Amino acid sequence: MSNERRQTNVQSIDARALWQQEFDAAKKRGVEFTSLSGAPLKPLYGPEDAPGEFESELGYPGAFPYTRGVHPTMYRSRLWTMRQFAGFGSARQTNERFKFLLAHGQTGLSTAFDFPTLMGYDSDHAHSLGEVGQVGVAISSLADMEVLMSGIPMAEVSTSMTINGPAPILLAFYIACGERQGVDPKLLRGTVQNDILKEYQAQHAWLVPAEPALRMITDVMGYCARKVPQWNTISISGYHIREAGSTAAQELAFTLANGMEYVRRGKAAGLDVDEFAPRLSFFFDSHLDFFEEIAKFRAARRIWARKLRDTFGAKDPRSWMVRFHTQTAGVSLTAQQPENNIVRTAFEALAAVLGGTQSLHTNSMDETLSLPTEKAVKIALRTQQVIAEEIEVAHVIDPLGGSYYVEALTNRLEAEAERYFAEIERRGGVVPATEQGYIQKEIHRSAIAYQAAVERGSKRVVGVNCYVEDDKGPTIELHKIDPAVEREQHQRLAELRKKRDASKAKRALDEIHDACKGQDNLLERFVAAAHADCTLGEIADVLRAEFGHYKEPKIL
Amino acid sequence: MQMTLRKIRVLVGKPGLDGHDRGAKTVASALRDHGMEVIYTGLHQTPEAIAEIAAQEDVDVVGLSILSGAHMALFPRVRAELVKRGMGHVLLTGGGIIPQDDMQALESGGYAKLFGPGTPTEAIAKWIQGEMEKRWKAEGAQS
Repeated sequence: MSNERRQTNVQSIDARALWQQEFDAAKKRGVEFTSLSGAPLKPLYGPEDAPGEFESELGYPGAFPYTRGVHPTMYRSRLWTMRQFAGFGSARQTNERFKFLLAHGQTGLSTAFDFPTLMGYDSDHAHSLGEVGQVGVAISSLADMEVLMSGIPMAEVSTSMTINGPAPILLAFYIACGERQGVDPKLLRGTVQNDILKEYQAQHAWLVPAEPALRMITDVMGYCARKVPQWNTISISGYHIREAGSTAAQELAFTLANGMEYVRRGKAAGLDVDEFAPRLSFFFDSHLDFFEEIAKFRAARRIWARKLRDTFGAKDPRSWMVRFHTQTAGVSLTAQQPENNIVRTAFEALAAVLGGTQSLHTNSMDETLSLPTEKAVKIALRTQQVIAEEIEVAHVIDPLGGSYYVEALTNRLEAEAERYFAEIERRGGVVPATEQGYIQKEIHRSAIAYQAAVERGSKRVVGVNCYVEDDKGPTIELHKIDPAVEREQHQRLAELRKKRDASKAKRALDEIHDACKGQDNLLERFVAAAHADCTLGEIADVLRAEFGHYKEPKIL
Repeated sequence: MQMTLRKIRVLVGKPGLDGHDRGAKTVASALRDHGMEVIYTGLHQTPEAIAEIAAQEDVDVVGLSILSGAHMALFPRVRAELVKRGMGHVLLTGGGIIPQDDMQALESGGYAKLFGPGTPTEAIAKWIQGEMEKRWKAEGAQS
């Protein structure tokens, strides 16, 4: 080492000691310096906090381990897909909202279903009372799906469907709907969430117990690999785990653990990993802790690449890639001073973009009060457009790569995820860990810790525990669902059942019943049943009768 | 403030198909921390099932949580089922994503008070304790 170099090093050690001295002596603000997930944070990060070889830990975008992004060009070739989650009331009303969003520059569709649809009940089932069209669109049949997609070119637009328990049935409606529009299933592009494990853990819209549910998922993977090759067969979702209260590390760990379980199941069903793994996609939350979120996305890519290549033996690089959708954090929105939610959402969206997301939903400011109005949705979409067009952040790939802090966070999240993988393994895998309530308890523990932090004031929420204003009630206009939607759905279903070929419908249901007992691909049977105008509830009833109901473990 | 003689018994219920249980479980845990005896129904309960559990467990308070927009259909039905089982006297409360005019309508229909997003769990616990104390005092004066 030259004298000059040595001099600089000595100086920098002194400079660091000096800084530390000054830092220690200074008065600090009286808050807890922790991440949103409660992890302690140092005031300054340096090279010692981010060890690791550049090539093996980061590499280049589009190359293993994909820490810096899945495409070599990222947003220089193509911006992320702006995909606002929408759905309410009847298929006709949601079809109008879809067309509104496409007309304002949205580039993909994303469907929210109501609770009856999510739970596999027709709109006229007793359990559906008061729920029809409330949190999403009511789709009970192929006829409803045709209204939903009418006038929308299914060969050109990609559609995401957030549904899980009955996902294969809704996918069957979509495929059949495309066929009626004259679209070859090979041309259909989109995603069905179809991630049942996180339903048991966090979102809670299930249909049947884990084993038959997982069999239907492998049926979807097998069918789509042959017939709907551009379809993303599972969107492995951390979003709901996070919204249910988990930390960033738990979201990362449980999501990837679920993903690995689907890979194991696919392989166990005799599929080649490279046949289905490239069609697995992911869905994460983007919460308020800006840097922790960016690190989470980067860690997700690196962990998955390593697992798929080294543990599961995938050879196709597309199997190694985490392609993901992001939604900003619904739980971060406040009912108090709702306009502030626009700002929260903008920061969260920016984190998703800096983390390299493939598509993005930005929440509307009014979503803690009701489903969003058109005006609120438009502001949310425009927020993405401002990020894309005005602030110049999309020009540089992984712009925070090499930040001591972000690299340290990325390493820490990866290590925490590994600890959870080991614990889940110790419990016999994801399914037993979920059936024991372990994952749910972990999420609940974090939710309570966060609530306690807000109540003692160590986590500050503007308008809730600081800068509080007199509550004058909502200052913005709200979107209300017309109760007439439920009555209209009842009529539509009654007409459908009268009009259809009853013996053909019965035969299709009988064939599903037989396939449940055997090995035949269930999705294939669902597509046939969709064409025979069987309803969602009728198909789901066969599955419930054959496979039983899921019973949630008691954790409280 | 006079201490209550026995633990307040609370049923936290999730009626309907709604799967959002973070709020219900957070409130249930907090009420326990405040010394109450809390029974949580779990998800996807019918109004009949909730009223049945309330009657069997002879609770003092029923708190419902709905974030699915079905509150106007389900809250009144839970109350009707409670009344049917001779449980019309329980302190009825709840929360969720409920627009203000709906809250007012429910509050004039037998719900003592409903809570919205951002409410500290402390405030809910204190309110229940205050209401129960008033009731027990009134009962004591009568007997």
